[in-house]
Amino acid sequence: MFNRFTPRIMPGFGLSLGYTIFYLSLIVLIPFSALFTKTFSGSWAHIWESISEPRVLASYKLSFGVSFLAALVNGFFGLITAWVLARYEFPGRRFVDALVDLPFALPTAVAGIALTALYSTNGPIGSFLFEHFNLRVAYTPLGIFVALTFIGLPFVVRTLQPVILDLHADVEEAAACLGATRWQTFTRIILPALLPALGTGIMLAFGRAVGEYGSVVFIAGNLPLKTEITPLLIITKLEQYDYSGAAAIGLAMLLASFVILLLVNLIQWWNDKRTAHDTEEN
Amino acid sequence: MGAFTNSRALASARHIADPQPTNARTEPVWIRATLIAITFAFLGVFILWPLLTVFHEGFSKGFGFYVETFKDPITIKSIELTLLTAAIAVPLNTVFGLAAAWALTRFKFRGRQLLIALIDLPLWVSPVIGGLIYILLFGRHGTIGPWLMDHNIQIVFALPGIVLATTFVTFPFVARSLIPLMEAQGHAEEEAALTLGANGWQVFFRITLPKVKWGLLYGIILCNARAMGEFGAVSVVSGHIRGKTNTMPLHIEILYNEYQFAAAFAVASLLSLLALITLFLKTYSESRTAQQLREAQELTIVSK
Amino acid sequence: MYPLLKKFSRLAFASVLAALSISTVSAKEITLLNVSYDPTRELYGEYNKAFAKYWKAKTGDTVTIEQSHGGSGKQARAVIDGLPADVVTLALAYDIDAIAVHELVPKDWQQKLPDQSTPYTSTIVLLVRKGNPKGIKDWDDLVKPGVAVITPNPKTSGGARWNYLAAWAYANKKFGGNEEKNKEFIKALFKNVPVLDTGARGATTTFVQHGLGDVFISWENEAFLAQKEFPGKFEIVTPSLSILAEPPVAVVEKNASKKGVTDVANEYLKYLYSAEGQDIAGKNFYRPRDQKVAAKYTNFKKLDLITINDPLFGGWQKAQKKHFADKALFDQLYVPSNN
Repeated sequence: MFNRFTPRIMPGFGLSLGYTIFYLSLIVLIPFSALFTKTFSGSWAHIWESISEPRVLASYKLSFGVSFLAALVNGFFGLITAWVLARYEFPGRRFVDALVDLPFALPTAVAGIALTALYSTNGPIGSFLFEHFNLRVAYTPLGIFVALTFIGLPFVVRTLQPVILDLHADVEEAAACLGATRWQTFTRIILPALLPALGTGIMLAFGRAVGEYGSVVFIAGNLPLKTEITPLLIITKLEQYDYSGAAAIGLAMLLASFVILLLVNLIQWWNDKRTAHDTEEN
Repeated sequence: MGAFTNSRALASARHIADPQPTNARTEPVWIRATLIAITFAFLGVFILWPLLTVFHEGFSKGFGFYVETFKDPITIKSIELTLLTAAIAVPLNTVFGLAAAWALTRFKFRGRQLLIALIDLPLWVSPVIGGLIYILLFGRHGTIGPWLMDHNIQIVFALPGIVLATTFVTFPFVARSLIPLMEAQGHAEEEAALTLGANGWQVFFRITLPKVKWGLLYGIILCNARAMGEFGAVSVVSGHIRGKTNTMPLHIEILYNEYQFAAAFAVASLLSLLALITLFLKTYSESRTAQQLREAQELTIVSK
Repeated sequence: MYPLLKKFSRLAFASVLAALSISTVSAKEITLLNVSYDPTRELYGEYNKAFAKYWKAKTGDTVTIEQSHGGSGKQARAVIDGLPADVVTLALAYDIDAIAVHELVPKDWQQKLPDQSTPYTSTIVLLVRKGNPKGIKDWDDLVKPGVAVITPNPKTSGGARWNYLAAWAYANKKFGGNEEKNKEFIKALFKNVPVLDTGARGATTTFVQHGLGDVFISWENEAFLAQKEFPGKFEIVTPSLSILAEPPVAVVEKNASKKGVTDVANEYLKYLYSAEGQDIAGKNFYRPRDQKVAAKYTNFKKLDLITINDPLFGGWQKAQKKHFADKALFDQLYVPSNN
């Protein structure tokens, strides 16, 4: 079944691959097949109805829209953060660097209650925004945006940082010698080199945000058609004993995620080709 | 996602000495100052402030109350359950991660890319779905649930279900942090040892494992952090029996819903503390991973 | 690394052993699992202790009652899916009916205990902030523009279904049974709802802790509890008409008999009707069925109460179909607010 190109020097192919596939099947693939069976146990009409009723459509719009906005904002601030961390020396740099990973490590429920406490109209940030700008954050799409920005932050920074470190110094120096201003060098040379990684980072942040549940439920307010995210709808369907409906929405989300995954891989592939090309030139 | 953070270690390893910033490669002071200020402000509002809020609210009723929270038997039970769950899920995924990394980096075979994509699958699925699939499989109306119920085996709404859901959401972490590292290291040393007559297990334990130990630790740390903090998936399969199937994140939600805000934040602060320790260990193991890679590269240069 | 790995495997092995030992219950001690809805945490916290004491005195056996709380619909789903509940104490009969469909509970469960198996009742009241700044007196005031109303989502919360039906009953009386006007009333009411939590407790937190909304449509017992937890911050407004909320209880016979605890489970629910059980219900702001006990608690105001079996609703099955099923009235009438 598998073509082995490596000569059989290394042992353990059968064992390691066999175990990998066994464990993968046990934990991921077999349970996943249940999702498919359940979805298609309902009639096509029911499946279609479940994934296309207005409330569900509104939740896709919200989940995907706000996730995308949050990912974009993370793209902007993430670029600055990654740049600052990779290029500048300043007191507290290591601390800031470690802090970036906090959303990976902090349980989402903890993030959820902390953000709600901060951004509700009783909280320190929320009351300030409400009194001075008449802006409500918690229980509005803006609150979801805050939570999704929080959890997506590390992705952009961590994808960009190695690429910034890898930039060739001579190109920038050459540009400066030829009389380019720093801004020109940045927009013409540095930014194009960073774009693929930036794109990947934004996509990763987006993918993570779309499925997020724990931190969002606390701050969202869960208004149908307004602040109800898709993962919450899956739970709502479950509570109404509508299993095939829940499974159908889950599958629809998974398909969307796969499209995103494909996009990321395409960008990465494009990036790899470009860098391979660059090395050849060197 | 471990892979992405690790690629940073790879990149910094490539720069054996960081290039000195020269005039051509840096910005005027005021721009630097502004960018640094923006970074501080952004991370301050979005990350540091929420973190401090957890501790501030946790101690809002005083230190005595804080300590009292952790004497509650139900809280203690939830801490025990969380630790037990992580203690089962993390080793399982660690063994898997080592096997997968070995298969994927030591051999080329058809379907390799597909396998990597499937390993990533749990990262792309909403955690809620991660819980739901086990209900569909092991629930009373699931595929094999009825048979299990007849034989008095309880999977969902009990420890096994919680462990399974946790294993699912933390599935790729160890594998994903090992694969790029082992790929970069190559297997020249292993091959040399094999020609000298060592057997497979000896090679694995004496050569490969020491070579990747920091990368491995890094993957385990990420896996563990997520295992202890998972909410969505566990919430679906837990059944919420107090003092029995509530993990710490679920217990926080319950306290929060019982007007015990200070207690909720106290338990949350314990989890946050674990997150901070994780970050510390992670930063440390990351720098050691980079060092291991540098050594590997220097060795290749010398041997060439 | 070698010793580290060894330690790991030993730990994993020990954990598996520990896991196995958890799932085996020793024969002498009895454990009951009571799966309940959100606002009964305090009630059963107290009642479980009292029952354990009573049972110890009567039989010498030690009984430990485990509790699981959550939204009523969610809890029923978990029991249907295999949560090994011995008794269920939920927010409304519809949810226990759903369990009965799957033959875990006998079809005639409501005849097994007195008062249609509801040992205590409650009603729906209006909770407002201190001084009642918006001058809320009755259901009428909730549809006025500029009043923010907090209620959970009737599709997921049992309590919220009672809320909705109470408002419907009021409108029906006011407009003399004009169904179109009733719909208008409900539509206007939900237009004023800025947050729709999934459960009653979540909604309470939103109103009490996060300071959202002017009026909170709530279980009477939740309203009293909020007043007790936050003295001087809230006032209870009793509307002119409300609904008699009947949270029912039942033994999940299939689970209980398998575990061999049917007798204790039955006794556990029966004792809710005893003087002590009724007293604990009253202390936790539920209206006791026993009139003698009820006389002790003067904080419950008298008001017009309509029941779910009134011809207006015709029982839970009918009400659910007409109002809360997918694409039924609530889905048609709900338009999100714009504040």
